[in-house]
Amino acid sequence: MFRKLTAIIMAMAMVFSVMAMLTSCSGENEDGIKIGVILIGDETEGYSKAHIDGIKAAANELGVSENNIVWKYKTLESSDCLDAATDLVGQGCTLIISNSYGHQTFMVQAAEQFPEITFAAMTGDFAALTGLDNFVNGFMGTYESRYVSGVVAGMKLKELLDNGTLTAETQPKSFDENGNVKIGYVGAFDYSEVVSGYTAFYLGVKSIVENVIMNVNYTESWFDIDKEAAAAEALIADGAVIICQHADSTGAPSATEKLLNNGTICYSVGYNIDMIDTAPNAALTSATNNWSVYYKKLISSVMNGEDMPADYSVGYANDGVKITPLGKSCAAGTAEKVAEVEAGIKNGTIKVFDTDTFTVSADQFTCTVTTDEAGHVTSCLVDTSFMDWSTMTPIYQGELVECIVDGAFAESTHRSAPYFSIRIDGIIEN
Amino acid sequence: MANEQKMHEPFIRIANRDNISFAKKVCIRIASVVLALIIDAVFILFVTGLNPIDVYIQIFRGTFETSLRFAWAMRDMVALLCIGLALAPAFKMRFWNIGAEGQVLMGGLATALCMIYLGGNLPTPVLFIVMFLTSIAAGAIWGFIPAFFKANWNTNETLFTLMMNYVAIQLVAYSTNILRGQASSLGTINMATKAGWFPRIGGYDFTLNIIIVAILTVLMYIYLKYTKHGYEISVVGESENTARYAGIDVKKVTIRTMLISGAICGLCGFILVAGNKHTIATNTAGGNGFTAIIVAWLSKFNTFYMLLIAFLLIFLEKGAIQIASIYHLNDYIADIISGIILFCILGSEFFIRYKLIFKHSPNAQKEVRVND
Repeated sequence: MFRKLTAIIMAMAMVFSVMAMLTSCSGENEDGIKIGVILIGDETEGYSKAHIDGIKAAANELGVSENNIVWKYKTLESSDCLDAATDLVGQGCTLIISNSYGHQTFMVQAAEQFPEITFAAMTGDFAALTGLDNFVNGFMGTYESRYVSGVVAGMKLKELLDNGTLTAETQPKSFDENGNVKIGYVGAFDYSEVVSGYTAFYLGVKSIVENVIMNVNYTESWFDIDKEAAAAEALIADGAVIICQHADSTGAPSATEKLLNNGTICYSVGYNIDMIDTAPNAALTSATNNWSVYYKKLISSVMNGEDMPADYSVGYANDGVKITPLGKSCAAGTAEKVAEVEAGIKNGTIKVFDTDTFTVSADQFTCTVTTDEAGHVTSCLVDTSFMDWSTMTPIYQGELVECIVDGAFAESTHRSAPYFSIRIDGIIEN
Repeated sequence: MANEQKMHEPFIRIANRDNISFAKKVCIRIASVVLALIIDAVFILFVTGLNPIDVYIQIFRGTFETSLRFAWAMRDMVALLCIGLALAPAFKMRFWNIGAEGQVLMGGLATALCMIYLGGNLPTPVLFIVMFLTSIAAGAIWGFIPAFFKANWNTNETLFTLMMNYVAIQLVAYSTNILRGQASSLGTINMATKAGWFPRIGGYDFTLNIIIVAILTVLMYIYLKYTKHGYEISVVGESENTARYAGIDVKKVTIRTMLISGAICGLCGFILVAGNKHTIATNTAGGNGFTAIIVAWLSKFNTFYMLLIAFLLIFLEKGAIQIASIYHLNDYIADIISGIILFCILGSEFFIRYKLIFKHSPNAQKEVRVND
């Protein structure tokens, strides 16, 4: 009898709780903007953290409550992204942002399906070619802050060479047969975004120390602590004195710190986040983006019903990029030099990809390069088409554009995502 | 005699339940859910400081908030169920096929390659037939290899099928690495032409997936329960010697069953790639090849129970994602919450199969008397 009674009570409790759930399902709906954010990682990963901070700061400045932002963490670059975007539409979002390059092919499918909602695929590269007015791309002029971080590394290298710490006797493996100093770069993939970044960094170093060569090791992943650490260790074993990175973990700085503490001469330049906590002795600085500048423009244009340009990129001129505070190992005079270079970039006297500062000997893919006798680039045609590489057909047909303007490669002006993919002399990809 | 027995009687004894009424089964299951909700409520309250009722509402919303979410739950459920259906005959035969993940991937890879290389060249119905046939062939081959070795040389099928997963994963990684060109991943296949994508029915790309798996559920039920093959499978599963004595060709049954198991996994790869993901990656099967073992085993190979269990697992997964997103919890907390529910439900199976007899309960007295 008792058992039957409890069974009935339990069954009733279940029914009531289900009913309670059903009746309380109507969501709160306020007017104004509701933002959905699709992230490749979460706040524990530097790149996504930079986006989270940027969106929160922009929303805060514009008076958008954090309750009106819906986050989707750890969304793969797969149909999961399309699901996430569609789900955010269902939750009433009017602006949907994704932060990883590979999200864009799924975001555009959502944009075609929901024309009244704005979709922003950050770091994407074909919004302008789609003809959709609710689909945009945004990027930061990260190559500028990479150049400045290269200057910081160059100052350190110069100090090591000048005071006799780094010589062919103290660390012979750090010099090649022509007496050039070796530095290294841990890259994620061999795309333009990475090529543009490492070239800018290299040219920054080269602006201080002329005789420098750089090896690039790829990890084939945006975030892999072990692989990034292994790549950094391999580069240092080969003699690299500075390790810079374009991958999102702290693997490379922590490996560099360990080797520095064991007596190898090696220093680290990071990306996205301040690496001083990870590598107090080895970290010099990190190139970073202030995404809130872009997000403020994006969110306010959606709020006010204005058109957002399909491509929008912000650099030093709008405080879109910067370097993180200098580490304690930085050379004397670095801060002054950085201020000088930053001012030069802002007023246009310093051009990162000034064709006089580098030479090219081999013709490279995705762009048709013409050089003069000395190897300086005089013309570079870039095809902006978005390709389906598996069938080698363009999905969105772009056009060939001339990128050498006034003696420099004009990065991020034809579209926001980087397209500098010339392999210049002095950099060796492994 | 009775005295002596009482001295050695432990505090609790576990005894088989012979036949348990349907109502009692339902009661035990409901009690387990209620218990899970209570344990979870305590956990939620003390660890996260949230209101448990709100959290439960959010779990519920993960599947039921919008019709779209429900449709997605159905889509993911059929993917899991399909692999469960594939595993059922193998597990019923006591052939531990841990290789579903790889068999699904091989089917998916075959489908993806057909889409890429034949997408523009064949008329749509022919393309679908080719995709269908190559995917089930690819899955069947991946099932056949370990079965062949098991049948002929009695190799350990658990290890063999498990290792075949890694071979499949590496083959997919290798292929996508070539096909991705200069992109970071393969991306959507035939994005511009949509060649080889299932047609949209009733607003969803994956309607065909649901129809196919629904048909398969019925067919598998009939196959296992009412056909000669199904009977042979259960005899081999009970005892190979009995099977041999009864004149069943164990070798043939083993290979045939694994061909079917692999082929259905391959079919699952086909519907995943053509009807859902439109791409192939090493995580396309998403661990469902392993989760489906729970689905097949818990339901004791009854395909309709499989449906319920697959739904429960997907419901919990969607709920976990929802609470992680709404409350900014990390995935681990959400997984613990759904893990507790799953644990209690699995635990209830114990109480359905066995009963506990306490030392001083009237039941115990009765048992002793019966023993005398």
